[in-house]
Parts: sequence; structure tokens; C-alpha cells
Amino acid sequence: MSELRDRIQQTIETEPVVAFVKGTHEQAFCGNSERAMGALRAVGASFTAVDVLPDPAIRQELSALSNWPTIPQVFVAGELVGGADIVQELAASGELEAKLTEKLGDSWRRPGAERTVEVTGGGGGLRLVPGA
Amino acid sequence: MSERLEELLRTAFPAAQEVAVVDRTGGGDHFHVTVVDGRFDGLTLLEQHRLVYSALDGPLKDGSIHELRITTRSEA
Repeated sequence: MSELRDRIQQTIETEPVVAFVKGTHEQAFCGNSERAMGALRAVGASFTAVDVLPDPAIRQELSALSNWPTIPQVFVAGELVGGADIVQELAASGELEAKLTEKLGDSWRRPGAERTVEVTGGGGGLRLVPGA
Repeated sequence: MSERLEELLRTAFPAAQEVAVVDRTGGGDHFHVTVVDGRFDGLTLLEQHRLVYSALDGPLKDGSIHELRITTRSEA
């Protein structure tokens, strides 16, 4: 397993709610990424975004891990929930909140608690995107 | 391009009640596909969308789909 894939896996496993998107939590560069993050916001969920744009390898390794071909991808407690359409649909039906509570208790209810992390770059571990 | 996607979906879902492909921007690379098929019954949304992705694997891999929205239902 590559070092990058390890980091992606680690991020999926350690972040309670993580959205792999094109852009950051502050600025999405893709309508679907914006829709996925919007759906998380709509239910008041805290989440961590990972920008896949800095390196095409992020997307390749992520899709190899998740067996899901497109971006965005939203994971809750290590499990793939889906892309923008599914997350939006589950948010509208109330199932997203139910899943978050089932997996995370009440800890996910932190509206506005958002950040973006990088999975690339030298050295181990995650680092926060400056200014984010 | 829309015709190609519809053909792939019709092949993968021969018993579908409905297959629709909308070119959202007119540019031939942003699509919204809808598939209504009884075989989705009992599957999670994740599993339903995986079936659609599988049908569209070619155009997803060769980059001819830039953005894809998916709607799946088990009945109309």
C-alpha cells in the first residue's frame, strides 16, 4: 500500500465525518462537492474536508480504496455514505441524521465546525490547510 | 453522448421502467441520469448507484463524463 493511500485510509478511519471534495470547506470548485457539504451543513453536522485537487493521485487512491468512481465522497465513522446525490437524498429524508447518530452518538451536532486537511506533502500525518 | 449513455444504461438495465439521460449544460459532459427499475428494490442507495456507475464505467474512465448526477428508484 502506498504512503498516500495509507494517509487517506487513516483520514477515513480517524475523522468522524469526512468529505473528499474538489476545493475546501470554504470554497468548492465543483457543484457536486458544494451540494455534498451543503447537505452536511443542512443537518448541522461537523465535518472535515479533504481537497483532492492538489494531486490527481489522491483521487485515484481514494477511488481504489472506496470502489467509488466520482468526487465528492462522504464517509461517516469510516464507512462510505455516498456522493452528493445520496447524501442530499439522505439529508432530505432524515436518514442522514439517523446514520450520524447511530455511528457517532450526538458528537456530530456541531454546526459550523468545519475544517480542511491535506493528505499530501512530505512528512507524516495530516496537516491543516493554512488559513482554513 | 447522451445517446451513448442511454444505450449503456438500457443494456445494463434491460427491464427498467424508465431510463432518462439529461445533458444538464448542453455541453455534452454534465449529465443527470435517472433509472427506475424493480431490481433496485431492497438495495441501499449506495448499492443502487454502484450499479449505475458500473453500467457507465467506460465513459467515466475515459473522462467523457465530467459530472454525473444519479437518481434511482425501484418504482415509478
